[in-house]
Amino acid sequence: MPVPKQPGGADPSPESAEDPPSPDLPVPLAAFLNWMRGRLAVAGRGLLLWGLALAGLALLLALLAAFTASALLMVKTSDRYAHLVGAVLVLVAGLALSPLVLLGTRQVARLTRRLSGQWCAVPIADPYLPAPWADGAKAGLRRRLGWLLTDQATWRDLLWVTVDGCVGWILAIAPAALTVLGVFAVLAPYSSGFIRLFGVAIAAFGLWASPWLLRGYGVFARSMLAPTRRAALALRVRELAETRTEALDTSAAEIRRIERDLHDGAQARLVAMGMTLDAAGQLVDSNPEAARALLFEARDASVKALAELRALVRGIHPPVLADRGLADAIRALALDSPMRIHLESDLRGRPPAPIESAAYFAVSELLANVSKHAQARQTWIDLRYTDGTLRIGVTDNGHGGADPARGSGLRGVERRLAPFDGVLAVSSPPGGPTAVTMEIPCELSSPKTSSC
Amino acid sequence: MRVVIAEDIFLLRDGLTRMLQAHGLDIVAAVDNGDDLLAAVAADPPDVAIVDVRLPPTFTDEGIRAALAARRKVPGLPVLVLSQYVEQLYARELLASGTGGIGYLLKDRVFDSAQFVDAVRRVAAGGTAIDPEVIARLLARNTGDGSLAALSPREREVLALMAEGRSNAAIAQRLVITERAVAKHTASIFLKLDLQPSDDDNRRVLAVLAYLGS
Repeated sequence: MPVPKQPGGADPSPESAEDPPSPDLPVPLAAFLNWMRGRLAVAGRGLLLWGLALAGLALLLALLAAFTASALLMVKTSDRYAHLVGAVLVLVAGLALSPLVLLGTRQVARLTRRLSGQWCAVPIADPYLPAPWADGAKAGLRRRLGWLLTDQATWRDLLWVTVDGCVGWILAIAPAALTVLGVFAVLAPYSSGFIRLFGVAIAAFGLWASPWLLRGYGVFARSMLAPTRRAALALRVRELAETRTEALDTSAAEIRRIERDLHDGAQARLVAMGMTLDAAGQLVDSNPEAARALLFEARDASVKALAELRALVRGIHPPVLADRGLADAIRALALDSPMRIHLESDLRGRPPAPIESAAYFAVSELLANVSKHAQARQTWIDLRYTDGTLRIGVTDNGHGGADPARGSGLRGVERRLAPFDGVLAVSSPPGGPTAVTMEIPCELSSPKTSSC
Repeated sequence: MRVVIAEDIFLLRDGLTRMLQAHGLDIVAAVDNGDDLLAAVAADPPDVAIVDVRLPPTFTDEGIRAALAARRKVPGLPVLVLSQYVEQLYARELLASGTGGIGYLLKDRVFDSAQFVDAVRRVAAGGTAIDPEVIARLLARNTGDGSLAALSPREREVLALMAEGRSNAAIAQRLVITERAVAKHTASIFLKLDLQPSDDDNRRVLAVLAYLGS
């Protein structure tokens, strides 16, 4: 689900994250030790990234070895028949291994992306095409393989593992290497004074520059691992196709519901009214009293039909939303709710009508959720428009524990927002409070000028 | 009694005019938009203005805005707003526009012409007529937190009718009880809700609405 990206602990200067200096050391020394510790940690992470690069390379080499062995055995087939069999066997083994190796490189690339965000302050988005089958559905080997092989990102991962295994890791290992080299130069028994000084300089540089060296590695990784323009567009197209289908399904279901409501409600009542009026017309001379009773009955039926039409209209597009816009429509909603609802709004104009309507029903569904599940006494709604985005926060003081993966209510809200590229984020620890934030990119039209 | 009507749909305007005339009311002007309404009430203030919420040119809440503007122009002008749907939000805005002389009813209420004309007369006399649906929603909102739990079912009925703006006599007639019984119920309600009792019908309505709306 689309939850806004976390900043990802991406802080290249390690000092901020460290413990306070211990009290019995002089302050500058303690600060220096702290600094040292932080930089050494960075160098250590560089070493781990190097290890990852080598692991990726090892995967490729294993595959390469299998094919090479097969090729070598084939060269020798002129001598013996058995060699050919061996060669074919190794070839088959290599081919069978290939998908596993591809999956392995994908895992290496995934880990690199994540670590690049956490350690190098260079977050990298995943470029993979989503699986073309539904979540949790089983897919055959051929489908899985096809999915893997047709994704351009698979081949870019392979390229990355190769390049990273050969030269990329040099940047990752640089902080540790420079430090070790410097320390070695200082400690080696045959070093002269000049070389020792040089060693100190090298080690100091290695430690000082470690965050930037690692960052450089991250930037390098991003240049190869980030989604290409084409991949980004492919992802976008898929997302649009999905949300469009969902939106069409939802609106078709909505229209069916309206048709059914009209058919069973107002229409049926009008038919009954017509029949009652006809009966009244036939009785008006012979039995005026009965005719009068029927007329009153017809009047009551018309009142009921109107009430049903009103309820229906409220569910399609509430009049107050059309009249006054989002803030007042939500205010009207709040007035009808048994909960205490506090509304704050800084909307100066009106979002486009479809977005306004989606936002209104999203809030309405959230409020219904709150009163159904959260046992909250108060709810706060916050409407803001900043940087081309409509932000709606709905926070309650109920008992929390809302989960968009389980609750169909939150999933429905998400579906409502998706066609507008709107996203929903939920924070609901057990014990509360629950905070739901919705964001919809849109333009605001200038407020309507009143004629009175 | 002199009445101005603002309603943009000809059939309804015509029907309303004929119905009110049949009850002996004098229709001095029947217009189809907010600006004409303002001109009509400013030129010759009527006893009451009956205004539809949806009017041209915007067909949104033009009628509410026209009603509020008319009351600014002619302070104390009794206004009865009619609508296909009712909102507490609009009821509050209308009630906040001055004390008394305010009505806010669903259009369906004209089906019962006797009751409707009664409401028109009440508003013209400076009273209040709030639609039962608004009151029902106000009450529903307040039953949640238990502040009305102390009231008996009969007292709640009386409270609802009182909030609509009806006098003791009207409540007595509606519930088929004596006026003395109604007075007893209202006294008990005011005591239980810790409200200041008042003999003035209008002040009483506003106190009850303020209590329910807080």
